[in-house]
Amino acid sequence: MENNLIVSVSPHVHGKRTTSNVMLDVVIALLPAAIAGVVIFGINAAILCAVCVASCVVFEFLFTKLCHRRTTVGDFSAVVTGLLLAMNVPATLPIWQAVVGSFIAIVIVKCLFGGLGCNFANPAITARVVMLIAFTGTMAAAVPPKAIADSVDVATYATPLSVLPAGLESETVTAFMEQTSIMDMFLGVRGGALGETSAAALLIGFVYLLVRKVITWHTPVVFIGAVFALAFAITGDMTMALYYTLSGGTFIGAIFMATDYVTSPSTAKGKIVFALGCAVITTLIRFFGSYPEGVSFSILFMNILNPYIDKWTMKKPFGGVKA
Amino acid sequence: MSFFGIKGVHVPHRKHTADCHPERMPIPKTVVIPMAQHIGAPAKPVVNVGDTVGVGQIIGEAAGFISAPVHASVSGTVKKIDTMANSNGGTMTAITIESDGEMRAHESVVPPTVTNYDEFVAAVRASGIVGLGGAGFPTFVKLSVKDLSKVEEVVLNGAECEPYITADTLTMTDRADDIFEGIQLLEKYLGVKKVIIGIEDNKPQAIKAMQELSKKDSAIVVKPMPAAYPQGGEKVLIYNTTGKTVPEGKLPLDVGCIVMNVTTLACIAEYVRTGMPLVEKCLTVDGSAVATPKNVIAPIGTSMKDVFDFCGGFKEEPRKVMYGGPMMGIAVPTLDEPILKNTNAILAFNDKDATLPDETPCIHCGNCINHCPLNLNPPAIAKALASGDGAEIAKTKVNICMECGACVFVCPAHRMIVHRNKLAKAELRAYQTKLAEQKKKEEENK
Repeated sequence: MENNLIVSVSPHVHGKRTTSNVMLDVVIALLPAAIAGVVIFGINAAILCAVCVASCVVFEFLFTKLCHRRTTVGDFSAVVTGLLLAMNVPATLPIWQAVVGSFIAIVIVKCLFGGLGCNFANPAITARVVMLIAFTGTMAAAVPPKAIADSVDVATYATPLSVLPAGLESETVTAFMEQTSIMDMFLGVRGGALGETSAAALLIGFVYLLVRKVITWHTPVVFIGAVFALAFAITGDMTMALYYTLSGGTFIGAIFMATDYVTSPSTAKGKIVFALGCAVITTLIRFFGSYPEGVSFSILFMNILNPYIDKWTMKKPFGGVKA
Repeated sequence: MSFFGIKGVHVPHRKHTADCHPERMPIPKTVVIPMAQHIGAPAKPVVNVGDTVGVGQIIGEAAGFISAPVHASVSGTVKKIDTMANSNGGTMTAITIESDGEMRAHESVVPPTVTNYDEFVAAVRASGIVGLGGAGFPTFVKLSVKDLSKVEEVVLNGAECEPYITADTLTMTDRADDIFEGIQLLEKYLGVKKVIIGIEDNKPQAIKAMQELSKKDSAIVVKPMPAAYPQGGEKVLIYNTTGKTVPEGKLPLDVGCIVMNVTTLACIAEYVRTGMPLVEKCLTVDGSAVATPKNVIAPIGTSMKDVFDFCGGFKEEPRKVMYGGPMMGIAVPTLDEPILKNTNAILAFNDKDATLPDETPCIHCGNCINHCPLNLNPPAIAKALASGDGAEIAKTKVNICMECGACVFVCPAHRMIVHRNKLAKAELRAYQTKLAEQKKKEEENK
């Protein structure tokens, strides 16, 4: 009997958190926005979500098999990447492009850098950026919500961010605001990627993540708050600032992409610096860059700075003296 | 540092035995008493095989300043003096005594004469009492203060933040008088003006008992603290009760504090009153494999097996048995391990509790960093350790890690952080020794 005793290093109890239940929580938190995407843009949204999730999981499985590594699909991180990627593409994206995007996210950005925990940039964000450049036509397409698809000219329909820069006095902006109220913007009845439009659904996911203590409030609140403040400072108008904040990928970026554990800082201070950086770059691109939207670029850029931010914002060891 | 003090981790409490008043177990047939039950030099055996010994007789004398004497815990005959494996992997001398079942006290057991500070410290030294919270640091060393005016307060550690363990809780509820006597001794001989008793708020009965004491003596302050592991860690306790930070490499005394476990103090009072040294220990026996968890008073040197047998044996096959709580406890390879002075619990886990999940890749969630009571950065330590560069390891300050295990508890990837920190500390020590040698050589060459 006594030879059966396990001797191991303390502690001998672990908490209930596991990587897979953290990832599962993120999937659950993404569901309201995914469902909103299907309601707003139609069944194509659901198909794209399924395709991206399936191809991400398959790519990860094949890669680990090919490299004779322990398969990691059980931790659901590939599911998260797939779902996030799908939510970042327009509902009309061709299926094959979604598969290519999944390949970029999982194989190139994640697995080639060593798999879970070793990628320096967020796989879904990087894939989105690559696709935006490679498939500009389909990725930047302004897909109108189902509800107004019959009443608008699809050929001239535009996403908020391509309209807003004309300024409050311009007729197109007035017409756009008449067509899409602040409430529509909040609920997500506007053009954009299939999972990014509904701030309401994304906020439900945010609250869930907070309650489950998967993430802290710092990054999303600072990111969204700073985007709003900067937009207000530049336009000098509350309505315009609100439209800007609710446009593009601010909410999905701030809540789900900029909070990615692997590619964002660990401490509260670091998260605030990271979020501020994201908001500033997003705003600079939106107002002064040649792309209408800057959330993906800003997060990718801050991902690259992350090791430095993490280093500079690390806590000081308790009572530690200089070596 | 947070305004609200150092926050901790919410570990499960599992204080099943909080209402189990200690039961004295029957006298074991034999006891195995190690000479190294404390931090510092092991005691030197002063009896021979075949000698007859009485309870409380010195069988090992302190060897050096930081050391403590060891006493016979049963009366009987010395059977063996040999070496045994200690739980750290090294070896130590141990004396086996066969009990005659009489528990006859040795004639040297008489109340000590204590009339001044020096006699008090000498008495504590003679009692063989060491830090009973788990550390096992000889208590008289803590009390040996060059300048008594520097002692601003004594912090009594009643936090008992480890899951399962209730031995200190029962000291506070059942031996409040001993604690009070102990406090009076400290006031009288050390001139202590303030005594803070830190207790986690999941022990209302202990808080109540100690508050009764503070009514009798205004120097006593009871400080209930949130039940968050590791409130009982020395530096954490000092910060959360007094707001003082003990700098790296310094002792609590350097910031005017003496920290002592409540049971340690109760035992000092008992020794001064009766002259019986530390020969028995109250400990919590619990865990999913134990038939009847309870608090047991056992002679030091009793084998774990005898203690478990007294608790009805096992209801399931034990797969992991440890000294202490599950957060910092030391797993043992056999049930022959003896109860030591600083053993406050022995736990036996069934198969389900004994097997822990495998390690998966770090996902940089930051939980370890955000929950480390000492603000360390475990991923950076792991990276420095992997690099093998002593200078890099030194920068991480892994040397201040108290191995509380909070980081592992909150890690979703079940990373073996404590394990790596221990390795990093060893690497760091080797590096520092090498540096010191190099420096010495350079000086010689000059």
